[in-house]
Amino acid sequence: MTRITRIDGRGLPLRGSDIDTDRIIPARYLRSITFEGMEQHLFEDDRKTTAHPLDDARFAGASVLIVNSNFGCGSSREHAPQAIHRWGIDAVVGESFAEIFFGNSLMIGMPCLTASGADVRALMDLVERDPRTEIRLDLASGTCEAGDFRCAVSLPPNCRDAFATGAWDTTGMLLDRYDEVDATAAKLPYIRGFPVEAGL
Amino acid sequence: MGTTLLKKVWDLHTVRPLPTGQTQLFIGLHLVHEVTTPQAFDELRARGWKVARPDLTFATADHIVPTMARTRPFLDVMAEDMMASLERNVRDFGLRFAGLEDERQGIVHVIGPELGLTQPGMTIACGDSHTSTHGAFGAVAFGIGTSQVRDVLASQCLAMEPLKVRRIRLTGALPRGVYAKDVILTIIQRLGVRGGTGYAYEYAGDTVERMSMDERMTICNMSIEGGARVGYVNPDETTFAYMRGRPFAPQGDAFERARTWWTSMASDPDAAYDDEVEIRAAELTPVVTWGVNPGQSIGIDGSVPSPSEPGVEPQAVSDALKYMGLKPGQPIAGTKVDVAFIGSCTNGRLSDLREAARVVRGRRVAPRVKALVVPGSVSISRAAEREGLDHIFREAGFEWRGAGCSMCLGMNPDKLEGNQVCASSSNRNFKGRQGSPTGRTLLMSPAMVAAAAVSGEVIDVREMVDR
Repeated sequence: MTRITRIDGRGLPLRGSDIDTDRIIPARYLRSITFEGMEQHLFEDDRKTTAHPLDDARFAGASVLIVNSNFGCGSSREHAPQAIHRWGIDAVVGESFAEIFFGNSLMIGMPCLTASGADVRALMDLVERDPRTEIRLDLASGTCEAGDFRCAVSLPPNCRDAFATGAWDTTGMLLDRYDEVDATAAKLPYIRGFPVEAGL
Repeated sequence: MGTTLLKKVWDLHTVRPLPTGQTQLFIGLHLVHEVTTPQAFDELRARGWKVARPDLTFATADHIVPTMARTRPFLDVMAEDMMASLERNVRDFGLRFAGLEDERQGIVHVIGPELGLTQPGMTIACGDSHTSTHGAFGAVAFGIGTSQVRDVLASQCLAMEPLKVRRIRLTGALPRGVYAKDVILTIIQRLGVRGGTGYAYEYAGDTVERMSMDERMTICNMSIEGGARVGYVNPDETTFAYMRGRPFAPQGDAFERARTWWTSMASDPDAAYDDEVEIRAAELTPVVTWGVNPGQSIGIDGSVPSPSEPGVEPQAVSDALKYMGLKPGQPIAGTKVDVAFIGSCTNGRLSDLREAARVVRGRRVAPRVKALVVPGSVSISRAAEREGLDHIFREAGFEWRGAGCSMCLGMNPDKLEGNQVCASSSNRNFKGRQGSPTGRTLLMSPAMVAAAAVSGEVIDVREMVDR
């Protein structure tokens, strides 16, 4: 289990709200039975039709993606955070995230941190001005530092603890104390076929 | 103070609070399909794990299934590999499976309810965001990613964050030509595509109480498009009447006991909500999307917004209009369409096909429009054929296809080409969603799609039907 408490790296600003997972990874690439190589198709259609920051040499090697609101909305495809992570992104900072995308990113160890709209805009401007700026994200103190710029970034406490303890890798934890799982299942009348003794 | 259905179901399925502060939630039904599960099964193999509860797991294939001919091997090598992978996984792990030869096959969110697998009071998970559909039965149902699929396969549990509940009360009769699809598109337009983040949506009020299960499923299905991972309707007599006699529903006396329990799981009349919204059905009109997310919609009488209008995000509007090839202020009615698609987990059920057929009967698909009807399941396909709906569609010039996800998303041979405009009964109008990077989608009800197909342009279906 890998503990994640801080992430350092250069930034990649990706402007626009409501960027959906169909744009992040077009559905045709979901026909693969592995996640391998998913990063090759990251934002493929957007990149074909517009000048995209992913193709901007100034941001090559960046590991902190900076986004606006409701990033990752739409489909539950984990292929979206997988493609981003495999492309080299270790954390995403944004105004807000769609719920399933946020959870999928947690599951693969890629924190999605929220910051105020003004701070996100300032960070995007800063990185566009000076792409070499090193961004330092500290999950425990909830701070983002980039040159002279400093702002608060937040994670729900549960997620912060999951990253800090390595418990973002959940399966082991869920299999722990399995007698309690069986006890919960045994209380559910639909699993028992609604027996007479359920007193219904 | 009473309790909501969400809290009742949540508490009953809580195994324990996890060290992280999340809740370990037991999952009563896990639905599996070919796209989001191969990597999860591989991880189980790598770690030497079994599927914890094959008895609570059910698999089918839908996303990649060709709707023209299902002959194996599929022409698409990747799709064939994916299908073979699912077949191997269900065999190796001993799962129940409605495969391509099975009369029960169909879109996972269509067959769960049809087979009676979906029941009130359950927790349901599936690697697909439209799992919210099953909430129509008073289940707490949500979409998950592949790592979470692995968790459910291995442990039948998920680590979850709690949800707030927003009650959306709909009151009054729906006007003629206004359908469940128009209701949910209006909700998303008013509350926004981000408005539901962190919430479960409880759909209530007399409008919803009068709705059929098909209509409730359409509404719950698109909860996620409003940002709400979960949407549900409290179970009632309509729910129970639908459930009775379904293959996996309780039978005989057990059904009566089940009904008592299902009724007890509904939200109490004095339940407290984190937020409440009221919508009057009488105000609603047929709705069409003009943009690149499902919240960007207007009534059929309306005009496409301008980036300079108050209350809009200028960059988002101009970006959407540029992609869609629409001009600010242009009426949405009269927009030319190239393709008409009736189907999907949102609107591929029998009542959807009946409403569309009512519009189509005695009319012809407009020249140069490609129109297709894709039933949501083999069972719906058979039922529609018994009623002669396939004849009505075929005679009008529609293609009548086999069950699957089809043109809702670009994962099978049914795709838009170039910058075609599609009138679609599906759920997402995202850029490139229907398989062409420049394809354009106008979401609307199946009856409105039928009307667009025969007119060759977006048109008010109220001019074409009598109710």
